[in-house]
Amino acid sequence: MKGLIGKKLGMAQVFDDAGRLIPVTIIEAGPCFVAQVRTVAKEGYSAVQLGFGEIKSKRMTSGELGHLQKASLAPLKYLREFRVDAGEAPKAGDRVGVDIFKAGEKVDVVGTSKGKGFQGGVKRHGFHGGPKTHGQSDRQRAPGSIGSTTTPGRVYKGKRMAGHMGTSRVTSSGLQVALVDSERNLLGVAGSVPGPKGGIVVIREARKQ
Amino acid sequence: MNEKIRALQAAPNPNVPELNPGDTVSVHVKIKEGDKERIQEFRGTVIRIRKGGAQANFTVRRVASHGIGVERTFPSRSPSLDKVVVQKGARVRRAQLYFLRGLRGKRARLHGKSEGG
Repeated sequence: MKGLIGKKLGMAQVFDDAGRLIPVTIIEAGPCFVAQVRTVAKEGYSAVQLGFGEIKSKRMTSGELGHLQKASLAPLKYLREFRVDAGEAPKAGDRVGVDIFKAGEKVDVVGTSKGKGFQGGVKRHGFHGGPKTHGQSDRQRAPGSIGSTTTPGRVYKGKRMAGHMGTSRVTSSGLQVALVDSERNLLGVAGSVPGPKGGIVVIREARKQ
Repeated sequence: MNEKIRALQAAPNPNVPELNPGDTVSVHVKIKEGDKERIQEFRGTVIRIRKGGAQANFTVRRVASHGIGVERTFPSRSPSLDKVVVQKGARVRRAQLYFLRGLRGKRARLHGKSEGG
């Protein structure tokens, strides 16, 4: 299992070994704790539930507290599940820190993208809009035709139109780990990561290596 | 900027002195070729200094052979800067000396105080 829950702090620039200045996203990742172990015997697959983030116990329901109590853990704000390979045997209550990642490794980062509100087809789906000249009016960002005539006599389901954009789960895959600071629990990932500053992200080993 | 991010940023490079626009400088850059490292020198006039902590940089302009102007921008905190030597200063009245790009030969000279070396 190689995964962590973290908080996006923002972006910075750091020098790599070759002296190049590279853009990195700094993530405060971990320390995470194993809240529950899911096994083939019980749940039919093997995974762990990791918890992250301090929270006052009065903000938790007694059910949530009891769940963490089983692993004898302090209250944790966020819980996420990570699949583990058959060979590994993590125990409930184990601590997982940023040191599971090494600089140079590839990771996937999953987050919730920034909300964009109600957006038109040009921004939301990359439509080209209408012609800007040749006597056109009110057509610059129009979506164009949305279907045929009597046959089928309706607009197909799933037709791309204006609507709410953002606040969706986005995975940035194949990002390189640029720095690991286990003292401050910080992880630097080359490039950008979905979501606003302060957003919760999940970091895991890259699916495509 | 977040304090935790600031702590990760590169510290000032002790080999880079304080520069002023118009200074004639010699920049010694470490260059890696395979597993060997050598020093390349780039000599010219500082025409721009950008502040900004870890992102600070400065641009050096020199006129290479056949009168071709060459400008190179160096991150001030780059670990590949081995040494920066200020050879001569000059009195200039603006912060960005872009006007030098349009001047050639004797007109492109800067005059004034000579400091450093």
